[in-house]
Amino acid sequence: MIARLPLPPWRPLLIPLVVLALWELASRAGWSDARFLPPPETVLHRVWFETTQGGLATDLAASLRRGASGLLIGASAGVTLGLLLGLSRVAERLLGPLFLAYRQVALFAWVPLLSMWFGGAEAGKIAFISHAAMAPAVVNTWRGSRDIPRAHVELAAVLTFGRLDFIRFVALPGALPFVLVGLRSSLIYAWLATIGAELFLNIAPGLGGRLNEGRETFQMDLVLACIVVLGALGVAFSRVAAIGEARLLRRRG
Amino acid sequence: MLGAGAAVPVALLAVWVLSARQGWLTEQILPDPREVLQTTRDYVTSGELLADTAISLRRVAEGFAAGAVIGLVIGAAQGLSQGARAILELPFFVISQVPILGWLPLLILLVGIDEELKVIVIAWSAFVPVALNTAQGMRDVPRTLREVGQVLTFDPWSMLSRIILPAALPSIFTGLREGLAHSWQTLVAVELFASSEGLGYLMSWGRQLFQLDIVVMALVVVGAIGLVLNWTLGRVERRLRRWQVQTA
Repeated sequence: MIARLPLPPWRPLLIPLVVLALWELASRAGWSDARFLPPPETVLHRVWFETTQGGLATDLAASLRRGASGLLIGASAGVTLGLLLGLSRVAERLLGPLFLAYRQVALFAWVPLLSMWFGGAEAGKIAFISHAAMAPAVVNTWRGSRDIPRAHVELAAVLTFGRLDFIRFVALPGALPFVLVGLRSSLIYAWLATIGAELFLNIAPGLGGRLNEGRETFQMDLVLACIVVLGALGVAFSRVAAIGEARLLRRRG
Repeated sequence: MLGAGAAVPVALLAVWVLSARQGWLTEQILPDPREVLQTTRDYVTSGELLADTAISLRRVAEGFAAGAVIGLVIGAAQGLSQGARAILELPFFVISQVPILGWLPLLILLVGIDEELKVIVIAWSAFVPVALNTAQGMRDVPRTLREVGQVLTFDPWSMLSRIILPAALPSIFTGLREGLAHSWQTLVAVELFASSEGLGYLMSWGRQLFQLDIVVMALVVVGAIGLVLNWTLGRVERRLRRWQVQTA
């Protein structure tokens, strides 16, 4: 993601350092209202305090568990549906247009309906996260498995592969680069939906819940601490996804 | 082709009508389609639906315009100058990793829940893909094309307007399209969360009253607008791509 160029290594840090310096200066000199912009060390201290002694570790674990459950359900349903659409012309004709129409509805527009069906507690949240994770997996798996080279299909026929073997040895490896792109965006959407579900639906442990708490009780340091944690997690996710992707593609050869 | 594609939606609709008529579905799961139609008719004649739709569209237009302009500028800076890219890339990457809704509570504390909030959040969601794709498109301009410009001793302005912009246009447009899609998504989210008007508000209001007919009506309108936006921009994008293949 970040290219290694023969440039001075301090350059990428220029803006963050300037912002931090200004922030520090503004709070020291009293230009900013500490209620709206607490000094950086307060925020850092809050991150530290919350993750070691406060509840943030628990909240983080709750959010991650929720997000992972939703991602697992949504992505596996999505890859399955994508394969069905990509491999069966009948399914593609029957369900393809319906799926494309369904995709046009903005993600969060389903929150009221899903919360009606599954409730606002854990089931409703996971239903919404799965729903968010599903669509990108479908689209990309569909696209990837539709264009499997004829020769591969014929080879599989010669080897008298059954349906499952065909999917396992031909369709999935062939579509893998697309499937991985899909799963990566499933991950991003699942995480967005996790935060959204925690903000919109019933209060429960989780990062979104803490953000809300910070807003309602006007604890700016807590809100900023949550954002710092969200940023760190986002960077970690994108690293893990990139590494996992490279591994899987290398194994495929 | 179209016939087969329409078969499943029509069948589903028929099942929905039938099960509502037979009373298999409770109102809490799905309302009677006739009720949805009736509600829609009421909302259209009273002008409420149009008013809420207009408010939502205006918010998206304002937020998207602001976000797209900033995204184009920042993206172009990153695409044209190595130095700017080295400085901007890391902070931009880290900030864009925070889910858009994570900023919502912060922004509510800073600017309140009025129009500014919606415009800022929508602009932010449009900004990220526009900047990314603009930078990418400008960096990916083929070396040969740049060399043509150098041979013709183009000044920087002609280089930008005659070579880099046309070559990067499809990619920029992809960014704009993605940005608009994100803006629309974000609008619904922010209206659900903090609003007293607009389509998202209409939905959350219907949900609170347990009136799923309102929810379904708003859902259909949200989907229809998404469809129109996507279809229109998709056509423009295809035309741009074809045009680029011809010039390349």
